[in-house]
Amino acid sequence: MNDSIIIVRDLVKRFGSFTANDRLSFDVKRGEIFGFLGANGAGKTTAIRILCGLSRPTSGDAFVAGFDVYRQSEQIKRNIGYMSQKFSLYEDLTVRENILLYGGIYGMSRGDIRYRTEELLRKLDFIRFRDTLIGRLPTGYKQKLAFSAAIFHKPSIVFLDEPTGGVDPVTRRNFWELIYEASASGITVFVTTHYMDEAEYCDRVSVMSAGRIVALDTPAALREKWNASSVDEVFVKIARPAKTDAV
Amino acid sequence: MCIAVSACGISKSFGPLRALKEISFEIPEAAVAGFIGPDGAGKTTLFRIAATLLIPDEGNMTLFGYDSVKDFRNLRKVTGYMPGRFSLYQDLTVRENLEFYATVFGTTVLKNYDLIKDIYEHIEPFRDRPAGKLSGGMKQKLALSCALIHRPSLIILDEPTTGVDAVSRREFWELLGSIKENGITVMVSTPYMDEATRCDTIVLMQDGRILESGKPGTIKERFEGTLWHATAEDTYLLLNALRKWKYTLTAYPFGDSAHVTFSEERETAGLIGYMTALNIKGFSIKPAEPTVEDRFLQLMSGGKIYE
Repeated sequence: MNDSIIIVRDLVKRFGSFTANDRLSFDVKRGEIFGFLGANGAGKTTAIRILCGLSRPTSGDAFVAGFDVYRQSEQIKRNIGYMSQKFSLYEDLTVRENILLYGGIYGMSRGDIRYRTEELLRKLDFIRFRDTLIGRLPTGYKQKLAFSAAIFHKPSIVFLDEPTGGVDPVTRRNFWELIYEASASGITVFVTTHYMDEAEYCDRVSVMSAGRIVALDTPAALREKWNASSVDEVFVKIARPAKTDAV
Repeated sequence: MCIAVSACGISKSFGPLRALKEISFEIPEAAVAGFIGPDGAGKTTLFRIAATLLIPDEGNMTLFGYDSVKDFRNLRKVTGYMPGRFSLYQDLTVRENLEFYATVFGTTVLKNYDLIKDIYEHIEPFRDRPAGKLSGGMKQKLALSCALIHRPSLIILDEPTTGVDAVSRREFWELLGSIKENGITVMVSTPYMDEATRCDTIVLMQDGRILESGKPGTIKERFEGTLWHATAEDTYLLLNALRKWKYTLTAYPFGDSAHVTFSEERETAGLIGYMTALNIKGFSIKPAEPTVEDRFLQLMSGGKIYE
């Protein structure tokens, strides 16, 4: 199973009488872009929290980058990157300060941070923004930087929780090109989104419904299996077998 | 057709930030008007002006014959407003919230129940639950019921579908259709371009300005040049190859394909050989119908080469 960076087997998470994750089993392959879809309340956030080492399962097994979610949550945190639409960078710190903070948190040496910061600013064409407060940057730049900060410590996998909510269509597409680039450089990308066209950009897509994974395959195979012209159509067919509103 | 809402030269600044710059538009009566644009486009500021909660620096907005500033008292009686953030009383129950809103507007739940029946039915089983304990979807349905309970002529919905999954978004748009059937004009904002086709008229916004407005069909027709739909086994490699082709103007990823425009259309025949030379597997290309999002991208980039 050396080519799997995430291994999940019969994972269960209960909150009181409510089963948020009901016997999840799946693998994420090294270097792939894995789309983690599901309706609101399907249990995606619970599963992501477990995989990021922030929550323990009730039962079952899960390994991330070779580490056990029960016993090695600290090692998991060191070896993953995380970015969400809700939180990414500190608005009242400058570009350089934010990168320094991220690098520091992940235990990188000062020299390493300094060298890699220059490299990153050059690559993004950001030299002129080095001492600009994040709050003053246009959205597109912020997003680019937030993603770069999330993978600054060269994690083997990065979790992106609705990274593109509310951004304009050009920024959204630019962002996906960063994802492609990261994936091409060997970083595994685990991403959630409500934009169904983005699901088509993934190598494989899983769909969660009421705590279970109800589909997992390449976008093309899913479209074929459900006789649909898009992942959006597949999603509408299978994401809500029962009214989740009643939960 | 009668005009329900008309805005003329609306500008609004917050300190140095120019949130709205000379916004003008018209909405016909009983239409669903979609205001589409990313965060920071000015949608919320515009909606707060329409809801009489903000005064514009310049320009004016007339809604059902009432000026949004001078006639705000009368206007409030005929409009319902649902802000982007859930703002009902979290510690009142579902039923209490609904009754409170009806009372504030001098009416009763019973009198207008027919209007909200389709929506309220979904949350009726939870009528005694505090609003703060509802799921996201139910909160949204309660907020919509409260915005409608005084039978307004216009409802203003600020990003009701943001962060909502694709299935629930579809359901919500179906509800809007039934609201419109009752003769109510709907102003709704969204960051999702694919929701444009659900509207009768749309206003595309970016950075406090209107990029373009009109019927979704008209907006699509305004797309300049021919749009091409290209596919290959690896979309990322395909995009990079397309951008290096000397006649390519723009190349954007769209689902599992790329949407492309060219400066010299008749040169597209040469693309097949070019892709073969670059070892791009499974390449195919055909003309495509532009979507509202294609037009939005075109207006944003001003036809510049994608970078």
